[in-house]
Amino acid sequence: MFGRRGSLLLTEIMGVALAAIRANALRSFLTTLGIIIGVGAVITMVSLGEGASRQIQTQIEGMGTNVLSIQPARGRMMGGIASGAARLYADDAVALRDQSNGLLKVAPETSSRLQVTYLRWNDNLEVFGTWPEWFEINNMRLAHGRLFDFGENQGRRRVAVLGSEVPVNLGGTPPELLMGRTIQVRGISFEVIGILEEKGSATPFMNPDNRVYVPLNTALYRVMGGRDFLGGISVQVPGTALMDLAYSEIDRILRRQHQILPGQPADFQIRNFSDLLATFQETQQTFAFLLAGIAAVSLLVGGIGIMNIMLVSVTERTREIGVRKAMGATRLNILFQFLIESLALCLLGGALGVAAGWGGAALVAWQGGMPTAVAMEAVIIALGFSAAIGLFFGIWPARRAAKLDPIVALRYE
Amino acid sequence: MTDMGGNGKSENDVIIRTQGLKKYYVLGAETVRAVRGVDLVIRREEFVAIMGPSGSGKSTFMNLIGCLDTPTDGEYWLNGTSVKELSDNELARIRNKEIGFVFQTFNLLPRATALHNVELPLIYAGVRGRSRREMAREKLELVGLGDRMSHKPPELSGGQRQRVAIARALVNNPALLLADEPTGNLDSVTGEEIMEVLADLNRQGQTILLVTHEHNIAAFARRQVHLLDGLIERDFINHHAGVEA
Ligand SMILES: Nc1ncnc2c1ncn2[C@@H]1O[C@H](COP(=O)(O)OP(=O)(O)OP(=O)(O)O)[C@@H](O)[C@H]1O
Ligand SMILES: [Mg+2]
Repeated sequence: MFGRRGSLLLTEIMGVALAAIRANALRSFLTTLGIIIGVGAVITMVSLGEGASRQIQTQIEGMGTNVLSIQPARGRMMGGIASGAARLYADDAVALRDQSNGLLKVAPETSSRLQVTYLRWNDNLEVFGTWPEWFEINNMRLAHGRLFDFGENQGRRRVAVLGSEVPVNLGGTPPELLMGRTIQVRGISFEVIGILEEKGSATPFMNPDNRVYVPLNTALYRVMGGRDFLGGISVQVPGTALMDLAYSEIDRILRRQHQILPGQPADFQIRNFSDLLATFQETQQTFAFLLAGIAAVSLLVGGIGIMNIMLVSVTERTREIGVRKAMGATRLNILFQFLIESLALCLLGGALGVAAGWGGAALVAWQGGMPTAVAMEAVIIALGFSAAIGLFFGIWPARRAAKLDPIVALRYE
Repeated sequence: MTDMGGNGKSENDVIIRTQGLKKYYVLGAETVRAVRGVDLVIRREEFVAIMGPSGSGKSTFMNLIGCLDTPTDGEYWLNGTSVKELSDNELARIRNKEIGFVFQTFNLLPRATALHNVELPLIYAGVRGRSRREMAREKLELVGLGDRMSHKPPELSGGQRQRVAIARALVNNPALLLADEPTGNLDSVTGEEIMEVLADLNRQGQTILLVTHEHNIAAFARRQVHLLDGLIERDFINHHAGVEA
């Protein structure tokens, strides 16, 4: 069959298969929808995951291993302090700085997405309140102007340092021109005193280049309307050798601040970057399994849909099969005709799904500002799977068609 | 073995030879004996009409001859080859190359053009693009449909559809043309036109086996075989063949 005559027939059979799909365009489309959606969703999600993990990889490189992140403990509180969520306050940051004998470099953090206006341009940006130390801890360098100082924090001065992408988002104004100008954050005027160099470590969760940095106290008391708690505290330790000491110092100081007895669970957690990374990877793995599950289920459902429509197609075209057999078609000819039809249907669905997934990823990247990367492997695997489904679920209907008795098929009403 | 149509002609001329050919259908407890033992010899260039009342086994016999169906018992040689021993693929090759089938209900592919319908047997014969189109075109012109090649069956009249079917049956130059009531779905004028086409083909040497109910249709054939209850009742030469009743 795969001799000269076979290869010759293959193009014919392709033509017949595509014509059959085209003749029932709507039905074919609806049938492949399961596969389109399954493949599309998986490609989108995988792209998001890829984008995220690539960026996190760059962030690990950009960030020191000697940085600790302190956050309010998540989950329900045990024992005494049941009322109210666990929180960190500016006082905690002050205590860490003042009581650690200069061991720790401390930067409290609070942030909120707010409307930022410059002349007639405005955008919804992350406004980030912190201390000047933050820029050093996070390796953020100035491109223009200066940073705010601690006095400006104490004085709640309305000064702002912009991430490198912010000028782009405010009408594409050249950074030099923004220096000394006034921008509005939630209608409150701020003087632009500095613009940062690009850091280039955006993740789906944060992009330090697209923030408006203001002094912590300005943020807390002027911008965020009396919110007095922090999102977290970044702490830098002079060397990795002092990490253990830093842990115990932070624990000691914050327990005293929060009046938590030794032995009782703390209402804060101290994590270094590899902890965060491990958590992230764990989440990502769960995500991947979930994804694989969704993909498997939707492709299975899609495949059953394909099988169903192919059985319908075989039944509908019983007479055609009879005619073809009467005209000299062999079993293998008929088998290939229907197998290739279901293969084409699935590959078409897979290709549309890849296109949809690509589009979805682009949309998420554009709208959500998240980096995405369409993994070539994912595309190839998706198409391979579609083809496998086409063959697997197509073989039975095709065999049924091939085995039809010519005279029975011709007589079929 | 009885050589009914042969008067000292050579054995090489025999296209069809059946011996005790039977086809039974088992339906539960009942067995329908559609063909009960037919001995028949048909020679090259003959034009044979098979007649008989409804249910006498004409179509069943034709399907056996056309290798669309397999006999319950008996022997059938096509061009000297015993069909019984042939594999599925060899039967497909015979249907493709040796036999052209014309049906009462045309059995064209409705979505394909006349030309493509005629190309169908060539596709399975492995004939490629340009020469395939040329061969199909030639046969369509032969049946007088040179100007309807890109029409699809729903756009053609019954008579035109049957002409397409005849062109399709002829396209691989088969040894044998089988036609099971080819005029059954046509009015009498159109039916006679179709018969003229067949008679013309026979005059050019095409062997034809035809099933019909109607005497005026059978009158186009030189030889008539009458079936009754799955057996040959009469087999005779019609000396007025071609002279319309
Ligand atoms: N697939 C089948 N299963 C059971 N019985 C069948 C089948 N095909 C034909 N028969 C029976 O075999 C007998 C002969 O049928 P056949 O179709 O050959 O008759 P026919 O001479 O062509 O009749 P008509 O002139 O009406 O077309 C009939 O009694 C019919 O009922
Ligand atoms: Mg009949």
